[in-house]
Amino acid sequence: MNLEFSPEEETFRAEVRAFLKDKLPARLADKVRTGQRLSKVDMEQWHAILNERGWLANHWPEEYGGTGWSVMQRFIFETETAIAHAPRIIPFGLSMLAPVLIKYGTEEQKQHYLPRILDGTDWWCQGYSEPGAGSDLASLKTSAVRDGDHYIVNGQKTWTTLAQYADWIFCLVRTSNEGKRQQGISFLLIDMKTPGIDVRPIKLLEGDHEVNEVFFTDVKVPVANLVGEQDKGWTYAKYLLTYERTNIAGVGMSMALFDELQDISRSTWRDGRPVAEDPLFAQRMAKLEIDLENMKTTNLRVLDAAGAGHAPTAESSMLKIRGTEIRQEINDLMRRAAGRYAAPFIDEALDEGWNGEPVGPEWAGPAAAQYFNNRKLSIFGGSNEVQREIITKTILEL
Amino acid sequence: MDFTIGEDRQMLADSLSRTLADKFDWKTREAAIDSDAGFSREVWNALAELGVIGALFGEDTGGYGGSAWDVGVVFGELGKALATGPFLGSLMAGKMLEAAGDEAALAPVIAGETMLTFGHEGAVEANGRPCPPATAKRNGDQWIISGRKGVVEYLGSADQVLVTAQTDAGLSAFLVDMSASGVEARDYPVIDGGSAGELTLTDTPATLVGEDGGATEALAAATASGLVATCWESIAVMDVLRDQTLDYLRTRKQFGIPIGKFQALQHRMATLALEIEQARSSAINAAANFDKDATTRDRFCSAAKYTAGKVGRLAAEESIQLHGGIGMTWEFPLSHYAKRLTMLNHVLGDDDHHLARYMALGQAAG
Ligand SMILES: Cc1cc2nc3c(=O)[nH]c(=O)nc-3n(C[C@H](O)[C@H](O)[C@H](O)COP(=O)(O)OP(=O)(O)OC[C@H]3O[C@@H](n4cnc5c(N)ncnc54)[C@H](O)[C@@H]3O)c2cc1C
Repeated sequence: MNLEFSPEEETFRAEVRAFLKDKLPARLADKVRTGQRLSKVDMEQWHAILNERGWLANHWPEEYGGTGWSVMQRFIFETETAIAHAPRIIPFGLSMLAPVLIKYGTEEQKQHYLPRILDGTDWWCQGYSEPGAGSDLASLKTSAVRDGDHYIVNGQKTWTTLAQYADWIFCLVRTSNEGKRQQGISFLLIDMKTPGIDVRPIKLLEGDHEVNEVFFTDVKVPVANLVGEQDKGWTYAKYLLTYERTNIAGVGMSMALFDELQDISRSTWRDGRPVAEDPLFAQRMAKLEIDLENMKTTNLRVLDAAGAGHAPTAESSMLKIRGTEIRQEINDLMRRAAGRYAAPFIDEALDEGWNGEPVGPEWAGPAAAQYFNNRKLSIFGGSNEVQREIITKTILEL
Repeated sequence: MDFTIGEDRQMLADSLSRTLADKFDWKTREAAIDSDAGFSREVWNALAELGVIGALFGEDTGGYGGSAWDVGVVFGELGKALATGPFLGSLMAGKMLEAAGDEAALAPVIAGETMLTFGHEGAVEANGRPCPPATAKRNGDQWIISGRKGVVEYLGSADQVLVTAQTDAGLSAFLVDMSASGVEARDYPVIDGGSAGELTLTDTPATLVGEDGGATEALAAATASGLVATCWESIAVMDVLRDQTLDYLRTRKQFGIPIGKFQALQHRMATLALEIEQARSSAINAAANFDKDATTRDRFCSAAKYTAGKVGRLAAEESIQLHGGIGMTWEFPLSHYAKRLTMLNHVLGDDDHHLARYMALGQAAG
């Protein structure tokens, strides 16, 4: 066994680092590091910078403007960008829709939509979940009824992340009530400007506007916006969900956060010493570090197998569960390290241009809010309970 | 043995519960936490009139209760309603006045006329270092204090704040008028609803409470009261979270059946229910041992706060998780209970702090 990256991979890492040093705006990295809110413009700026280098669609085939990177290269890229505090790539168009279009879309759809995803013309959001259809996604009810050259869409989607920014939404809709529930579902692309669409904000527990409800009332969608065949959308949706996700464990992000946590716990004092020297806190840190180190290798093992042609299935579930647990634990420790100063919450302080005095340790402002917000990690993308079901059934065969 | 709280206390609990249900519905709470003060003065006055503040103090100093049981019962009801307001600050500062036998200062607090809060813990600088401890000295026949206190509950609404400061004789307690010279207050919202503030005193005139240099014991007792209060409040919040989650598991359907039928979730709830009962027992222990020697009292208080912090995290996280997306929303009261419970672990030391304190007290006692 040899856990070292190859010389070629190390060269690639150096290339990524040099690029980040050169091109990642300090303003954006600072915002990410200190937990400030990113605006739509910030996210678009980073996409544009990556696109200019040809690195935005790092998992698309080269013929569509992708990089053609190996899974290991992608892992290196994702890790290095996270450690450098780059904004994350917004996944909806790039990582969710595009693979489906590339595999199941018509040539016309590919030619039309893929370049617009790359150059930022279209911001996409994901319309899967409904009030009655969360974990049990196949019970979705939003209907699309064929009427000549159009589908007429009625119903409601919910939890739609950043729909307030979106130009387009890809939706799972019901086109048939016959047979198995999974069989009557279709995959539809809908222009958010179409009359009859109403986006209403949902405020999350820490106060942010990140998700929305999207209502559809007699929304006319051209039949040309159907992806693949009618009633076969479930297959495409599942492809999207099992689509090899190298970044599902978020190891790079956890490494960056862990470093940050280490700095914080050394500089922040409590009970007459740095928090890092509190034996109980130190024990929590050590356990976390061990778990993270283990996770790195687990992740690489899965990627290595994927590189050798073994498509990960339930292994992604393992990465998702433990990866999200680790990030949530880091958020918990950040909050703990802040002590009493986790409580003050000046909402405006998370926005750019706020120049008030911080309250208490300067890093503490967003700690509790981030902890609360990241409870989502174990809920979305297939809840951790659902992931455990997958492991139970597909690996353990119980 | 008797595990009932007694008839009088039950009456107090019932009337407090009714008043809060009546005067402090969810809309009132939302408006309260949206306001600068972070609480409703009207509700505060109504509770004072009901005798809620008086119930926290002994008859010798104008109250009509004052035992750890009284404190626990009151804070339990406040937790159930997720009430905001300077209850803990009033309790702890009031306990210092009570220990000093200062009935005159306590009377307007009990009546709800004077808003009193408590500033013991020092402020922390932007670089994470603690500010130097506050100091007090005599200036002619007056005391003057300088120093900074951090995260002082509802500082912006306070008329008076009881602070601790070092004098030549040792740790001492002082009452400061917020209108006195050299007082600077910066108030801000807190994430679980309500407000707090940073207090800077510069040669501020103050009144000594108790003996010069004699605050240590009173502070330990006031802290113990605060711990009993936060533990009982935590348990009440956990009860609400458990009940709301059980309701949801019974009604939310996925895959054609209530999600509460999934054994994976049933076992999680069984564990949570068990842990909450353990936490309740720890809070009962803290109240039951309150009047024993200081070491015994403090060990049981730390045991309770440790347990409340540990189980609190479980209860807050599990209740959100088992609700799925809806548990993450502002609109849904459950998330506010989860936030409050989480943040209670940041008040008066978290579970780690109290586990360490429990061990240290045990070693010291031999
Ligand atoms: C911040 C956030 C952003 C989101 N963004 C999007 C988005 O952009 N687009 C989109 O389509 N969706 C999005 N979602 C929705 C997300 O995918 C759903 O919340 C998720 O699928 C869970 O569904 P639910 O919330 O309805 O919970 P439910 O499915 O009702 O689950 C409630 C609880 O029951 C558990 N449970 C359910 N079934 C089982 C079972 N069989 N066995 C054991 N336990 C079970 C769940 O794990 C959970 O703990 C987002 C959610 C959040 C919180």
